[in-house]
Amino acid sequence: MTRFLTRHSWSLGLFAILVILLVATRIIQPNFGASGLDSLARAALPFAFATIGMGIVVIAGGIDLSIASIMAVAGVIAALLMQQMGDASAGLVVLIVLLAGVAMGAINGLLIVLTRVPDIVVTLAMLFVWEGVALLILNAPGGTAAPWLRALVVGGVTIPGLPPELTAWLPRAFVVLVAFTLIIWLPLRRSKLGLSIYAIGSDQNAAFRSGVPIGMTRVAAYAFAGLFAALGGLSITLSTGIGEPIAGPYLLASVAAVVLGGISLTGGRGGLLGPIIAVFILRTLRLDLTLLSVDPNVTTIIEGIIMVAVVMIGGLLAMRGPR
Amino acid sequence: MATPVETISPLQYAARIIRENPVIPLILLLCALVGLLEGLQPGIFNERWVGNTIRFAIPLAMLAACQTLTMLTGGIDLSAGVVATVSAFVVATLTPLVGGPAAIVLALVPAVLMGLVNGFGVGICRVHPLIMTLGTGLIGTGCLQVYQRYVINTGSEIPGFFEFLGTGRTFGMPNALYLFVPFAILILWGLRRTGFGRLLYALGANENATRLSGVRSWQVLMALYTVVGLIAGITGLLYVGIIRAPSLSLANSLMLPSVAAAVIGGTSIFGGRGSYSGTIVGALILTVLGTLLTLLQIPEGARRLLFGAIILAVTAVYVRITDQS
Repeated sequence: MTRFLTRHSWSLGLFAILVILLVATRIIQPNFGASGLDSLARAALPFAFATIGMGIVVIAGGIDLSIASIMAVAGVIAALLMQQMGDASAGLVVLIVLLAGVAMGAINGLLIVLTRVPDIVVTLAMLFVWEGVALLILNAPGGTAAPWLRALVVGGVTIPGLPPELTAWLPRAFVVLVAFTLIIWLPLRRSKLGLSIYAIGSDQNAAFRSGVPIGMTRVAAYAFAGLFAALGGLSITLSTGIGEPIAGPYLLASVAAVVLGGISLTGGRGGLLGPIIAVFILRTLRLDLTLLSVDPNVTTIIEGIIMVAVVMIGGLLAMRGPR
Repeated sequence: MATPVETISPLQYAARIIRENPVIPLILLLCALVGLLEGLQPGIFNERWVGNTIRFAIPLAMLAACQTLTMLTGGIDLSAGVVATVSAFVVATLTPLVGGPAAIVLALVPAVLMGLVNGFGVGICRVHPLIMTLGTGLIGTGCLQVYQRYVINTGSEIPGFFEFLGTGRTFGMPNALYLFVPFAILILWGLRRTGFGRLLYALGANENATRLSGVRSWQVLMALYTVVGLIAGITGLLYVGIIRAPSLSLANSLMLPSVAAAVIGGTSIFGGRGSYSGTIVGALILTVLGTLLTLLQIPEGARRLLFGAIILAVTAVYVRITDQS
């Protein structure tokens, strides 16, 4: 028990902050309930997926500056294909989009491994490339999303046989997030590949000498980031109903959440639970400040200050601790 | 005992020259791009076009100086675009209120402040520069938007000095060179001949060794990020003189290209290697490339795609050439 507590102290602390914020929301807005939670979860969904993707790459010791652009490409592919192929084959569209995401991530990883150019530079260049691809696919916002897929992320959970009051407060978007994270991340973390991802992030030379295929592992990490970015892009299209070729503010937000969530930027350390909670903290904070009718720009300032303060304090603490 | 004579083929000899002077292939690339442009549209290469290209390359090269200096220590400054925008916006809105010289001073205050905060975070709290500067950039953008609502009625005016620098010409060359040439000489001289410049290279090459030889790295980093903030602020003032329309995202579009210019110019993002002369040529290459892609009249999407692909290709080739030693 103590071991569990010390291992997850950072995540538990974050969770406590989230609970306090949610209680505060309830106090500010007494009728904050199921619909409020639903819109909160839906707004957080793309941010959460972007953060997971970024988190995996950062654990592997890299960074992916092109993540928001990959999301834009996935979003426009989804919107355009659903418009052209009709509602019936929307499931196929989802599969295509996810494969496209994996492919885009793998291309990023392959370029990093093959060209031996630093990952920041490669993904910076790929940011322009994917941005261009998104604009080539769809020049202006357009396309559509299949209604039955939209229903997957909008509204509360209804389980047949249970009274709706019991489950309606649980947003579907949240269930989707948890489901995908559990299905993809947990097996990955337990697998040899997951261990390799942590290994190359922690110490590349040591990993190489222990027989970890560095290049392959790096490509795989970026491919998983691409997969989650595609999920993020898909969820934007599903919650807005159209495809948007201009990338949103997901790059900055995902880096912020990854750092807040306790993943070390030097790689090899941290899990994905903390960053996901961090995403919800940042979203709830924004919601609270909006409910308090604070200027949204002041909200941006506060978010920035929190992020900077957290990393500064973290840095000072790390210096006092063992090197 | 006779020493064995080292025989090298002309090709290896050429490779060695290139490796020792990494700016040469960049200048060749620049000439090739200009040649391509001339081939596509004969007659475009005239004094007027050269002047315009230089005029738009100068703010990029100055902002890329921020990236070059920070990259030499293994850092990066992603807040430079925001800092430039803040300075530009503040100077344009304050000039009608307090006059040109006072507005210029007041506009540089937030730039230096943001640089100081960056330096504090990177140097003293040991925060990763990428995160630190992203964060201060975020805060800066928010502050600018709040500030904007207080000055929405004052109108805007650009100090005459920067309008002269930004739009005027002398002998066909843009006046911005009056600012840029001393600036570039100062940076080049500072990096090569002063102790501070060498400390930047030393910190980037091996921070622990530098610290063990008695350098207080936090002082160097603090000074560096403050100077870089000031440079970004001055860039903003010049850029608003060129564009003559202040906006809340004025110089943000220069941000990523400025990183690209430094990288193409051969500055290693891990620190310890690079020069400002390469960065200047990199900024010129990016500007000419932009003209070329506009001239080809391809859609916006394909233009960005090609821009990214070319940056990547140039960097990849460059890494291959210079990393063999």
